[in-house]
Parts: sequence; C-alpha cells; structure tokens
Amino acid sequence: MESLQVLVKAGIYILMAAGSLAAIGAVFFPNLFYAGLSLAGVLICVAGIYLSAGADFLAMVQILIYVGAVMTLIIYAIMLTNIEEIKVSHLGIKQILLSILAVSGFAVLTASAILSIDWRPLSGQNRLEVHELGAALMSRYIFPFEVLGILLFAVLIGAIVIARKDKV
Amino acid sequence: MVTQSGWIYLIPCYPLVAFLLNVFFGAKVLKEKAAWVSIAASVLSFFTALPFTAGCLQGKIYSDRFPWIAAGNGSLDFGYLIDPMAAVLIFVVTLVGTLIVVYSTGYMRSDAGYHRFFAYVSLFMSAMTTLVIANNFLLFFIAWEIMGLCSYLLIGFWFEKPAAAKACKKAFLVTRVGDIGLFLGILTLFTLFGTLHFEDIKDMAQTAAGNPLLPAAAFLVFCGTIGKSAQFPLHVWLPDAMEGPTPVSALIHAATMVAAGVYLLARAFPVLALSPDVMKIILYTGTGTAFVGAFIALGATDIKKVLAYSTISQLGFMVAAMGLGAVNAGFFHLVTHAFFKALLFMGAGSVIHGTGTQDLRELGGLFPKMKSTAWTFLIGALAISGIPPLAGFWSKDEILTASHGNNFIFTVLCVSAFITAFYMFRLFFLTFLGKEGAKSGHAHESPLSITGPLWVLAGCSLLAGLPGSPFMGMWLQNFLSGTRHGAHEPQAALMMISTALGAAGIAFAALFYLAVPGLAKTAEAVLRPAGSGLEKSMNSVASGIGTLFMKAGSFQNFFDKYFVDGIVNLSGYAAQLAASSIRRIQTGLVQHSLLVAFAVLMVFLYCGMK
Amino acid sequence: MNLIPTEHYLLFALVLFAAGVTGILTRRNVIGVLISIELMLNAAAINLVVFSHTVKTAPETGQLFAFFVIALAAAGAAVGLAIVLALYRNRHTVQTDEMNLLKW
Repeated sequence: MESLQVLVKAGIYILMAAGSLAAIGAVFFPNLFYAGLSLAGVLICVAGIYLSAGADFLAMVQILIYVGAVMTLIIYAIMLTNIEEIKVSHLGIKQILLSILAVSGFAVLTASAILSIDWRPLSGQNRLEVHELGAALMSRYIFPFEVLGILLFAVLIGAIVIARKDKV
Repeated sequence: MVTQSGWIYLIPCYPLVAFLLNVFFGAKVLKEKAAWVSIAASVLSFFTALPFTAGCLQGKIYSDRFPWIAAGNGSLDFGYLIDPMAAVLIFVVTLVGTLIVVYSTGYMRSDAGYHRFFAYVSLFMSAMTTLVIANNFLLFFIAWEIMGLCSYLLIGFWFEKPAAAKACKKAFLVTRVGDIGLFLGILTLFTLFGTLHFEDIKDMAQTAAGNPLLPAAAFLVFCGTIGKSAQFPLHVWLPDAMEGPTPVSALIHAATMVAAGVYLLARAFPVLALSPDVMKIILYTGTGTAFVGAFIALGATDIKKVLAYSTISQLGFMVAAMGLGAVNAGFFHLVTHAFFKALLFMGAGSVIHGTGTQDLRELGGLFPKMKSTAWTFLIGALAISGIPPLAGFWSKDEILTASHGNNFIFTVLCVSAFITAFYMFRLFFLTFLGKEGAKSGHAHESPLSITGPLWVLAGCSLLAGLPGSPFMGMWLQNFLSGTRHGAHEPQAALMMISTALGAAGIAFAALFYLAVPGLAKTAEAVLRPAGSGLEKSMNSVASGIGTLFMKAGSFQNFFDKYFVDGIVNLSGYAAQLAASSIRRIQTGLVQHSLLVAFAVLMVFLYCGMK
Repeated sequence: MNLIPTEHYLLFALVLFAAGVTGILTRRNVIGVLISIELMLNAAAINLVVFSHTVKTAPETGQLFAFFVIALAAAGAAVGLAIVLALYRNRHTVQTDEMNLLKW
C-alpha cells in the first residue's frame, strides 16, 4: 500500500510538472499549432489532477468537452486564419519582460498568501457518486443549470450571427 | 449761505443734448438747422447760468454733492460748486461760447461737415461747463479729458489735410503728457487727503503741510497746466493747432480750454500755496513762457500763428500771476483775455473769410474794405496791449503790481508786455493799414453773423476790465476772494509804467511798419534767425521729451512681445509638450493597457495584503 | 485528496494562471490570446475543486461550479472564435498589433 501511495503521489506530481511545462509551452511556442497542442496537453493533465482530487465526473467532462470540443474549435480556427506566413509571434521584448515582471510579482504575492494559510482539508469528504451530482444539479442548482442553458443558446445564435458571411 | 439748485445740472445738459441730436440727426435730418440746435443749447446754458451768477453776486454759494464711488474710508462725490470764481467763469464761458457758435454759422456755411462741427462744439461746451461747475478733482479731470478729445476732433476737423491730421494728433499727445502728470497728482492728493473735493481739500490742506507728498502733488497738478495751457516745454501743440477752423481756435485755444489750466491752478491753490518750491517753478515757467511766446510772435508771418504765440505768452502771464500767489490777478486776466483773444481770433477769421488768405505778407490796407472787422480788431489789439481804460490794462496791471517785489520777474514781464504791444500792432498795421497786398484786392466785409459777435466782444473788451479796476473799488478781486483786500493796492506809478510800455510798443510798431518800411526788413533780417532759432530750440526740447517716451514705448513693446507673450506661449507649449508625451500611451494595443491594469492590480494586492 | 497537501494543488493552479496571464499580455496572435484565456479558466476551475475540500459547504458545490466554469469557457471560446473569424474576414489579419485603430 505504501508503494502504491508513493507511486500515486509521484504520478500526481509528474502530472503537475507536465501540465506546467505544457502551459509554458502553450504560451511561448511561436508556432501556433504547437501552442494549441500544448494546450491540449495541459487540459489532459488537468483532467488527471481532477481525478486525483476525487472529481472523476469532472475529469471526464473535462476531456469530453474541453479537449474534445473546445480544442477542436481552436484548431479549426487556427487553420482557417493562419494561411499567411507566420510573422513574429510575440510582442516586443519590452512587453515580454514587463509582463514576466508583473506576473512574477503577482505569483510571489499569491504564493506567499497560499503558503501562509493553514489548510486543513476536511475529513469525511467521500468520493461523490455521479448520480448524487446529478441529483444536486437538478435540485439545488437547477437555476444556474437553466441559466446556463439559455446562455448556451444565446452563444449558439450569437456565434452563428457573428461568423456568417454577409448576405450579398 | 450755501444753497442748492437742481437747475445747475442742466447747464451742461443742454449742449450734451445738442451734441446727441447733431450726431444722430445732423447728417440727414437737420443739415443746416444743426447750427440752430447748438445755438439754442448755448443760449439756454447761458440763461440758466445767469441766475446763479446773480445769486453768487448776492453772496450765495451753490454747493451740492452726491456720492458716486465708495473708495477707502471716504467716498468720491460728484456735484457742483458755484463759488465766486465759478460764477464769473461760467458767465464768461457761456457768453463767449454762444457768440462763437453764432459766429460759426456764418463762417462754416459752405463746409460739408457742418453738422459734425456743431456736434463737436456742443460736446465741448458741455465738457467745459461741467469743468467749471465741478466740485471735485475727479469730475474736473473727466471734463478735462473730454475737452482734450474735443480739441483733437476739432483741430482735425478737416482731417483730409495731412497737416491737420498731424496737428490734432500732436495736440492730443502733447496734452496727454501733461494729463498723466495731472492724474498722478490727483492720485497723490487722494492719498494725502482721502478726498478730492475742493472745499474739503481747502479745509484740510494745512494738515498735510510737512508731508513731502504735498509738493509732489502740487507739481504733478501743475504738469496738467503745462500741457493744457501750453507752457514751455509742452507749448508745441498750440501753433500747430491753428490748422483747425478759426472758430475752434477762438473758442478752444484762446478763450476757454487753455484757460482751464489756469482755472486748475486756481482751484488747486490751497495745495500749491503750501509748496513754495513748486510756486517758484510755476512762476519761472510762466514768466519764461510769457517772454518766449511774445518773442516768437514777433517774427510770425501767419495771422493765426501770431495769435497762437500771443496766447502762449498771455497764458504765461496768468501762470506767472498764479506763481506769485496773486490768484485773483491771474483769474482776472483769464477773464479779460477770454474776451479780447476771442475777439482777435474771430477778427482774424473774418479777414480770412473775406480775403481767402492767412499770410501777412499778402495782406494790407484792408481798413477801408472791412470796416467792422478793422475797428473791432483795433479795440482788441488795444485791449491786449494794455491801454487804459480797456480790459487788458487793468488785469495786466494787476499782475505787474503783484510782481513788483521781484525785480527780475518784473523786468521780464514788462519787456514781454512791451513786445506784446509791438507784435500786436505789427499785425494790425500789416493787415489793415499800409499798402494793399496781393490778396487784399477783392476783399469784402463779412456777413452780420460774423461781425455781430465781433461787436459784442468788442464791447466786452471795453467794459470787462472795469469790475476789477479802482473805478469800482477792485470789486472783482474782492468778490473772488470774499474779502475786502483781494487786490493789491494800485499804484499810480506802476499804472503809468504799464501804459507807457503799451504806448511805446504801439509807437515802435508804427515806426517799423508804417513810417519807415525798410526798417522793418532790416530788423527782421537781423532778428529772424534769433527768433526761429529760439523757436527751434524750444520745439526740440519738446521733441526730445517725445523721443524719450518713444524709446520707453519701444522697450515696452519689445518686453511685451518677447517676455510677456513668451511666457504665455511657453505655458501653451508646455501643455502641448506634456500632451504629446502622454498621448503616446494610447498605442491602441489592448495588451499594453492590460499590462498596466495588471501591474496596478499587483500594487493593490500588495497593499491589501499588508 | 489527502495524499498531497492542498498548497501544491493551489500552487499548480497558480502556475497555470501566471502562464495564462503572461500569454495574454505577450501573444501577438488573437487565437494565442484565446489559448491563454483557456489556461486561466482552467486554473480557476482547479481552485474551485480544491476548495470544495477545504471549505465547509455542500460537498458537490466545488465540482458543480467547476462544471459550470467549463461550460462557460466553452461558450466563451465559441463566441471568441466566431469574432476572430469575422475579424479575419474584415481585416485579413489576426495580429493584435494591427488592430490599433484607437491609437492616438
């Protein structure tokens, strides 16, 4: 059991490392296609993290929707708009350095905040069954669910309207 | 006793209304009737003022004031003050003004700007009467300035002539120099006394006796007189002012406006009397001007120029009298001078009207052709030469008596009196007697509208001296000063001397110009260089002052253009610079602004976490 | 959940978030910016899931919120890409620094 736990822990850390690397890659690859694929990698790692945190349904949803649909969408868009030569992919060095500076400042601040808090994970949080999630979704969270439905409907119509060719 | 009467306010109002009517309706509606409007206004002014003069004769004083501006601890009041001096002067001013307006109807008949002339003259009358009845220095100054404006407008009446345009500008600017001094003097007086009211200053004058500002104020006030009454060195405008029509010269530059300067000295006398140094300056300026003016008049060849320099000289007499402390004598001479100088100018105008020329060398032998003009002119000439019992004799004698103590002044004034008689009769002989000149051929007498006023003034010149003469017990001087000893005791010896001076002047003039014609030419050939040299040097002093002001002006121009404008432009430029630097933040790129937003968020987080 | 300290999950999410912000601020291609936005949303979702274990609330709250976040992210991506397509058709470019009409 010990070794299994160690293995699992190592796996989780590997997932985290891979996800971080992929994230950095998604941001810094000049080739947009590579960036898109790196994003897919991040999403898969995140799904793994969800699994490790006991949100297996969420992990499946992540892969289905994010990796399956959103990534496809992004790849389509890359292909539809990237015909020309790839020019310089990032803004000037000044902007890059300043952003890294600002972001590292933010990161340091937040990290110090995170580390200064005494997190005590509550006990008694079992793995939730899917049907329990469904029941909660349909009872307690019915309102955001319906609103989400309306929102997606609006998004559907809006995307079509925005992206269609103007009628001649 | 002191009383009020609201009618007094109407005295300047009638001519003001005439001015407005002539301005708005003169061109199209009134045309020739514009003169009637002005005459009506002047006559109304005269008859309105008459009861108050009469009342003053009975010992009343009219005084009223209403507050106009609240300043400092006190307030500036406007209002009128009719005391003996003002009563006499308002009578003279309205009378002479009316006569001249009547005279102008004939003189300016064929002029295109007929209504404009009467508009300006009415405005001038309004200002002059305001000045006479004013009870404080500020109202006095306002009227003074309006008179300066009218002088400008009237000297430059024929503004298409370049000489006239230059002359009116010169008059205005030169008197302006004096007016600056006057204004500074008024400010100083206000600082000293907190009020500008004549009576208040008279009462309070003693309290400021030791204050060094007092002589300064006195001198600055005198500067106004130097400008307006054409004393040296600001006399240069008066000869050039002869470019204006002759009625203008008669009204403004002989009888009334130039007399305003002397009236100023009379009103400011309580202040002047306490500053002995300033009195000396006044005395010497007046005496010098009297002599120089007379001397230059000897050589002038234009009728009006002779009379202009004569005015300068006579004003010098008045100012010298003020400087001697003989206020009543100076004022008396002012009154008589108004009459006979107006008469002389109007007579000259009649000659010009009849012959078409002003040059003495082209005239002569006009006596048979222009009898009225000649006789009235003779009376005027006798008056100015100081022949008893005409007006000029009594007033000039008063001044000479007052100067009797100071030998130098007395001598200079006597010589000036002699020269006065000489040049005046030179003028008379060259114009009316002797051989006929080039232009005298078809001379004709002027119409009644011109000769009528001449006779009236001649009568005044005969009679106006009597109130101040021993025949009436020096009544005028006592009346003016409110005491029984307003005048100096007349001394028979001095009377003989001044009569002799006058007679000698006439005799010499007759000698030079009638009896022995060649003598005049030789004398003039000798003296002319001296005379013109003197004139030139006098004028160069004035132009030197003018150059000084011009230099100051050009320095100010430079300063204004480069420093003041520079500072303003600098602030504009700074704003532009700041804007164009800051504007570059707007790159249009969302990511730049996002970066800024994120950085600011960091700062907030940091502060919040502390 | 109890295997790894909570902080590590949160730090991982922080890394993702930081990467996402950097991407937004530096990427020249609009779709690259969209990719970075997806990263940020994922980081938020991870945080939600982790907090459901540490905060006294109903146990399903965190997961369901993360679920909503995913749905909303998808919607946002859809609309965003539609806009990118319209933009490309209009300006023939998807470079952010060529869309600077609001320049001075």
